Amino acid sequence: MKKHQFDVIVIGAGGAGLMAALYASKTANTAVISKLYPTRSHTGTAQGGVGAALANEEEDHWEWHTFDSVKGSDYLGDQDAIEFMCYEAVQAVYELEHYGLPFSRTPEGKIAQRPFGGHTNNETGKPVRRACYAADRTGHMILQTLYQQCLKNNVNFYDEFQVVDLLVVNGAAAGVVAIELGTSELHVFHAKSVIFATGGHGRVWDITSNAYAYTGDGIAIPMRHGIPMEDMEFFQFHPTGIYKLGILITEGVRGEGGVLINGKGERFMERYAPKVKDLASRDVISRAMYLEMKAGNGINGQNYLYLDVRPETVNKYAALDGRRRPDGSPYTMTGEEIIAKLPDIVDFARTYLGVDPVAQPMPVQPTAHYTMGGIPTNKYGEAVSDENNTVMPGLYAAGEVACVSVHGANRLGTNSLLDLIVFGKHAGLRAAEYALGADFQPLPEDPTEFTRAQFDRIRNAQGNEKILEISSTMKTVMMDSVGMFRTGDGMQSALETVRELRERYKHIPLHDQGMVFNTELINIWELGNLLEIAELTTVCALARTESRGAHARDDYPKRDDVNWLKHSLAWVKPNGEIELRYKPVVITKFQPKERVY
Amino acid sequence: MQVTVKVFRFNPEKDKKPHYETYKLDAQPTDRVLDMLEYIKGYFDGTLSFRRSCAHGICGSDAMRINGRNYLACKALLKDLHSKKITVEPILGLKVIKDLIVDMEQFFANYKSVMPYFVNDEPPPPQERLQSIEERERFDDTTKCILCACCTTSCPIFWASDQYLGPQAIVAAHRFIFDSRDKATVERLRILNDQFGVYRCHTIFNCTECCPREIEITQAIGEVKAAIITGRVD
Repeated sequence: MKKHQFDVIVIGAGGAGLMAALYASKTANTAVISKLYPTRSHTGTAQGGVGAALANEEEDHWEWHTFDSVKGSDYLGDQDAIEFMCYEAVQAVYELEHYGLPFSRTPEGKIAQRPFGGHTNNETGKPVRRACYAADRTGHMILQTLYQQCLKNNVNFYDEFQVVDLLVVNGAAAGVVAIELGTSELHVFHAKSVIFATGGHGRVWDITSNAYAYTGDGIAIPMRHGIPMEDMEFFQFHPTGIYKLGILITEGVRGEGGVLINGKGERFMERYAPKVKDLASRDVISRAMYLEMKAGNGINGQNYLYLDVRPETVNKYAALDGRRRPDGSPYTMTGEEIIAKLPDIVDFARTYLGVDPVAQPMPVQPTAHYTMGGIPTNKYGEAVSDENNTVMPGLYAAGEVACVSVHGANRLGTNSLLDLIVFGKHAGLRAAEYALGADFQPLPEDPTEFTRAQFDRIRNAQGNEKILEISSTMKTVMMDSVGMFRTGDGMQSALETVRELRERYKHIPLHDQGMVFNTELINIWELGNLLEIAELTTVCALARTESRGAHARDDYPKRDDVNWLKHSLAWVKPNGEIELRYKPVVITKFQPKERVY
Repeated sequence: MQVTVKVFRFNPEKDKKPHYETYKLDAQPTDRVLDMLEYIKGYFDGTLSFRRSCAHGICGSDAMRINGRNYLACKALLKDLHSKKITVEPILGLKVIKDLIVDMEQFFANYKSVMPYFVNDEPPPPQERLQSIEERERFDDTTKCILCACCTTSCPIFWASDQYLGPQAIVAAHRFIFDSRDKATVERLRILNDQFGVYRCHTIFNCTECCPREIEITQAIGEVKAAIITGRVD
């Protein structure tokens, strides 16, 4: 066992982790621990843009962005935090540009912006160009730029180290335990501040846009230490995943004028969202797609629809919508312009679908995409440990793993990249500030005891269960019963299945008993995280007897503000039982009203 | 259809030297080589070790040598390989640690050596620095790089000496050298003018042919050579 000591430890090297590290390392001795090389992080797959009301292409205001995000959240987002994020967004995006991020440009040389779902001109209700983009690889450019700046500023990195436990002493974070993947050696990182920036857990579901690495480590680890998780029932399905594979096709395709078409050749979103149509929020579109397919309106009656971005289609519907360019001329697109604005989408479609999107429509279906819930924090990234928002000393979270909550029941597109940079920065600043004024907590006498027990159980498991069979059963049942539409009966049955799977999980034999890059060992541990999260998600979803944002129940189809305008907090007790409590939503300016797009 | 997948195996804790294992499995034409490796690991041999994450060609984890050419395993579909026999080996020129996992340290050290970060110490304006569409387009191609190492580990010059910076590091430098906002061009060109720098490239084009991001790497290297010779960036 090796020991290290830092003021601040950041777990995860995506956008939030790197932003936190960049800021914390200005004043505090900081290290980033990541299970992947930093440039492999899932932030890199984000495509369409980062939201900020720069008003480079047309009138826009951060207050409009705030209202759109509140409405998008189905009024479950905390309005003080959303205001903070949307206000900070403008400077945060300029800051990325100053770090060298190669944004696409307007003819005046400013950062280019495109429309995205749910982002509107609050006066007309029409889509507004708010998503600041770098072609269709905005996340890639954010990840690269932040990693490069970390290198420039000599941030310490522990690449390919899997964090497996959080050390909590005297009610405060005291460090983490990690496994060096190359050697299986255990490392104890003693720290004053620990920032979780580990991303989400979309691998719980069958059709997902999420990376293999997205196994919810940053949820599972703290929840084993009695830290509650907030709003775990809310998980976003993105409308346009590549059929069967789930690979993301950015909402930017629809921002550029692409439309969804059903098996009858109809642009069906006109019926569900008359004002913004294909640029409604993701929960609204995914549900509309589900209903279309259920009604037999899938393509050839199958479970997919078309995303059509052929120039003739784009131009036809742009003319019907009366869409105009910033200079007032009618909006039109050529095939070349589509390829230039969406090069990666064209490449994905050609590679994985054998479809040229300039000539043919793309088969798509909703795909599990984003974790709205997570470690409860305040707007400074400080983890809070109860319904009174009591700050837990030394523990921070930022990005997808955190629940501030700025996304509430449904996140708007482009607000995840924004969340990373705004709250990554503030978590880094707060963590460093706290570390400089605090003493180290003593380490536990045997800091790796819990870790060794966990991994000894995996190494010594007896039986003939298979990891792929357990994971695929979990994914299927969660997709079918705890996915886009939910019912009490379906979820109850899913819960029983997941609990059975958790028993069967204990009987997966470990074939690889080696120490060098034991990926089988890590994969089994990660599956354990996913199973625990699947159970937690289902319990939270069963309890919430209403429909709100991404949580849609056939048996409770209406939003219920009288009883459910509140965040859930879920604790896993030492005996495995899950306890639910609730805390109020922060409402400042916007009283809840019906959501119409 | 049934396919035969022959996989390079090496377990440093047991094997004195590497060997190959052959697996037969059913696969669809649209299956990725990564899907097949996952299947083999799940059903035939849990010890098979490889890196992967996003599984759609963006994170750059799963560069491998497939039927003698570098690919990302998640971007190599069975139908595009035109063969029912597939050989999967680790990328060349880096030390094999276990099975398909190689030691990436030298690769990243080369990347880090070319100042792969934006430099401009002038105080920024309150809003964005302006850059024309044409100026932005000038270095667009090399911003696509995902550091997968397909290029560098397909280069015979790199195989001969890992002191050579390799195509990826030159691509990384190119992205900043041709960025109108960056101010460290002179220093970067000095680094690339080193004996293990840009002149080691013999325009073999392996890098360009296998780049999963379709970056015109050899051209980018040529542009850097020209910038060194002329002292001009345009």
